[in-house]
Amino acid sequence: MRDFAVLYAELDATNKTNEKVAALVRYFRSAPAADAAWAIYFLIGRRPRQAVPTASLRAWSAEAAGIPDWLFEECYAAVGDLAETMALLGMRSNGVPEAATASRSLAEWIEDVLLPLRELDEPAKKRAVLAAWASLEPRERFVWNKLITGAFRVGVSQKLVVRALAEVSGVDEATLAHRLMGEWQPGARFFAQLVAPETGDADISRPYPFFLAYALESKLPTDPRGRLLDADPAAFAETLQAALGDVRDWQAEWKWDGIRAQLIRRRGQTFLWSRGEELVTERFPEITAIGDVLPDGVVLDGEIMPFKDGRALPFSRLQTRIGRKALTKKILAEAPVVLFAYDLLEIAGEDVRDKPLRWRRAQLERLVRECNSPALKLSPIVEAESWEALGRWQRRSREHDAEGLMLKRLDSAYGVGRIVGDWWKWKVAPYTADAVLIYAQAGHGRRASLFTDYTFAVWDGDPRDGGRLVPFAKAYSGLTDAEIRRVDAFIRANTLEKFGPVRTVKPQLVFELGFEGIQRSSRHKSGIAVRFPRILRLRDDKRIEDADTLDTIRALLPHEP
Amino acid sequence: MTDLPDLLRLTPAGLYCPAGDFYIDPWQPVPRAVITHAHADHLCWGCASYLVAAEGEPVVRLRLSRAPAPSAIQAVPYSEPVNINGVRVSLHPAGHILGSAQVRVEHRGQVWVVSGDYKVEPDATCTPFELQRCHVFITESTFGLPVYRWRPQREVFAEINAWWQENAAQKRASVLFGYALGKAQRLLAGVDASIGPIFVHGAVAGVNRAYQAARRLPDARYVGEVSDARQFQGALIIAPPSANGTSWMRRFGEFSSAFVSGWMQIRGARRRRAVDRGFVLSDHADWPSLVQVVRETGAERVWVTHGYNSVFARWLSEQGIAAQAIETRFVGERDDLAVEDADEAQA
Repeated sequence: MRDFAVLYAELDATNKTNEKVAALVRYFRSAPAADAAWAIYFLIGRRPRQAVPTASLRAWSAEAAGIPDWLFEECYAAVGDLAETMALLGMRSNGVPEAATASRSLAEWIEDVLLPLRELDEPAKKRAVLAAWASLEPRERFVWNKLITGAFRVGVSQKLVVRALAEVSGVDEATLAHRLMGEWQPGARFFAQLVAPETGDADISRPYPFFLAYALESKLPTDPRGRLLDADPAAFAETLQAALGDVRDWQAEWKWDGIRAQLIRRRGQTFLWSRGEELVTERFPEITAIGDVLPDGVVLDGEIMPFKDGRALPFSRLQTRIGRKALTKKILAEAPVVLFAYDLLEIAGEDVRDKPLRWRRAQLERLVRECNSPALKLSPIVEAESWEALGRWQRRSREHDAEGLMLKRLDSAYGVGRIVGDWWKWKVAPYTADAVLIYAQAGHGRRASLFTDYTFAVWDGDPRDGGRLVPFAKAYSGLTDAEIRRVDAFIRANTLEKFGPVRTVKPQLVFELGFEGIQRSSRHKSGIAVRFPRILRLRDDKRIEDADTLDTIRALLPHEP
Repeated sequence: MTDLPDLLRLTPAGLYCPAGDFYIDPWQPVPRAVITHAHADHLCWGCASYLVAAEGEPVVRLRLSRAPAPSAIQAVPYSEPVNINGVRVSLHPAGHILGSAQVRVEHRGQVWVVSGDYKVEPDATCTPFELQRCHVFITESTFGLPVYRWRPQREVFAEINAWWQENAAQKRASVLFGYALGKAQRLLAGVDASIGPIFVHGAVAGVNRAYQAARRLPDARYVGEVSDARQFQGALIIAPPSANGTSWMRRFGEFSSAFVSGWMQIRGARRRRAVDRGFVLSDHADWPSLVQVVRETGAERVWVTHGYNSVFARWLSEQGIAAQAIETRFVGERDDLAVEDADEAQA
């Protein structure tokens, strides 16, 4: 456990990729295989089901520290990280744990302590957790808390983990990335297979790593807020021409706002994986049924979309469906889904990711035609003779129930992870609204103790004639550090009331918010809910009376069949 | 006791003693000020007269950029009472920085003590904290949360030395950020000077001179005097946090940076600093010390200021100690940014 805690601290302490990889390499070289497997499991973002409710952990931690619950909450608000708060509160002034015992390995901590926790009754859970706290030194205790709260996160991507593993094992990165897909049981055996030159372990459910696109904003010139300079369509078409070359070398598709997924048909079995590497076969019976008409040895990449009467439905329909445990007939009828297929990764049992997109698309079109399944649709290609014409399509994306275009180079292979150059997303500008800051709360992580979590309001009624501000959206990101400090100071100086960690703030600052989607909501006071709200900028030039009204925002609501 | 009027009260200009007609750490220029220490949020310029602890007089003069007449500053040794309009005032070591004082005010049998900022663990750069028993104690609460518990400073200095040594072995410079007044000198006195040469930022060099009269500090050259950048290889450089990320840093070539502060206890604060390391070393009392000092003063009433006022006051009340939060000069509570900005306005 100590070595893993040291690794965590090293990864946490640096922003430099090379140093992170070096720390990972050192760890993988020296760690026992079972520890290495568990480390990988957590580092790439997997976690076991939470064994102890967070509320219990909080209560036990407060009790162990001899402080009331409200004081625990104050500490949490200042620290901004639950695992860290509990680690700090358990620390005695000399920094040594109360009953240091022989150090268990990471795998032992997880297999002998963490995983069995779930089976214990409440008092036994509590005893086990308190015993763990007492026997770990502060740095280990922090990492342990991260593991049991299910909040383990440290600044490494799967890509960096794979790079380090490649350096340690000599196995190439794409193979490693592939072996890390799907379901696997961490342990010495898994690690041995992972780093073995050749395993011949064909797990038939294993998906391929998803190929990801970069935002066009990362390649093209943008304004200081990171938005494309596309106000003049002709000039922007020239920019695209210069950056990407001939439009005929590219395939454009609608960018869907659904769930990216891989549909696998192998040896008579069907598997459906979401991009979060979750097996969702049971959740989408309509799509799983496609498997029955697919030939063996096929893997499709596409988007699960709610779709009815020839039109895509808003993402919110899918959300209501995802949340349900049981799929009733009613739900299936209200939010039926289809798979918009856009790529073919395997056919006749052969991995065809290295073939050009042009070839893969042709095969995909033939396959979809032959299957003739109502739930399997081709994601249509958006045809255009010039960048300017394509730009016209792009601006009308919302009319096509899409959030922009995907640009894919016709001769590109299907890569692993994110690679610059072959796939781009070209999203439409977000919806915007001017709103007034009314509540604030301290942030988390590196924003601990700073007021960075804001609630914004818009006017219900005429601001100059009896209208009132109603909460409309929460947003956390979008400001620079300097702006955050400024708004933080404003909040401290203009707090009207405190409700626990929440401050009511004098309505004075106006912000331009951006958001991706908008829908009706009975759970929100304003009657609407927006998707991915974020701050675009501070509008010092606006007074609160200039903020938007609910009426102007309601006008953005899409059709709801 | 209860029928006596309060000896001190909070006014728009800060803590005021009506009986003696003076202010303690006033927030704006007043005729008569008693000063706990020279940090910007306690030492207001423009007052007609100042009462300060003798140990800290050179520092106070340095920090009052618009120098008052020499006669305007009255410097008294610790514990030596001064009579101000019939009120007995004395200054007692607070252990925060050189010359930092608790202000003890006694009148008609009532004793009030204003802690200013204080630290209980002794260090070489100032006279150690001396507990004062009193009826009413006005305490700071900068780190008034139970997550703030300091380890002994020798452990922290051992970490700092190890970090410096490792950098020196790699021929890297080690840049240590700490407040120019107090923390920088404590670092200078606390590190193992045998590891390599030590250099300081101009703001630190100025304060060092003011310290030299009272405390011997290891040799540390002013960075600006160095023309050959190779001299920085393996050296330790002590600088105020505001220097981080500025072009001033370029001269050091390859370096590792660290920030030294009680705020570094929190990982988020550490990450926000954009430094390689954070060392937890504070010149303020941690939670256990705050609690212990409040108890040992024997105070019947406690006012809490400067920091987690309302939290610490509420906790004390729940422990059966009559406590209330009082306002601080800067609206709302202060955090690391506010402290630093205030501090460096004059650094």
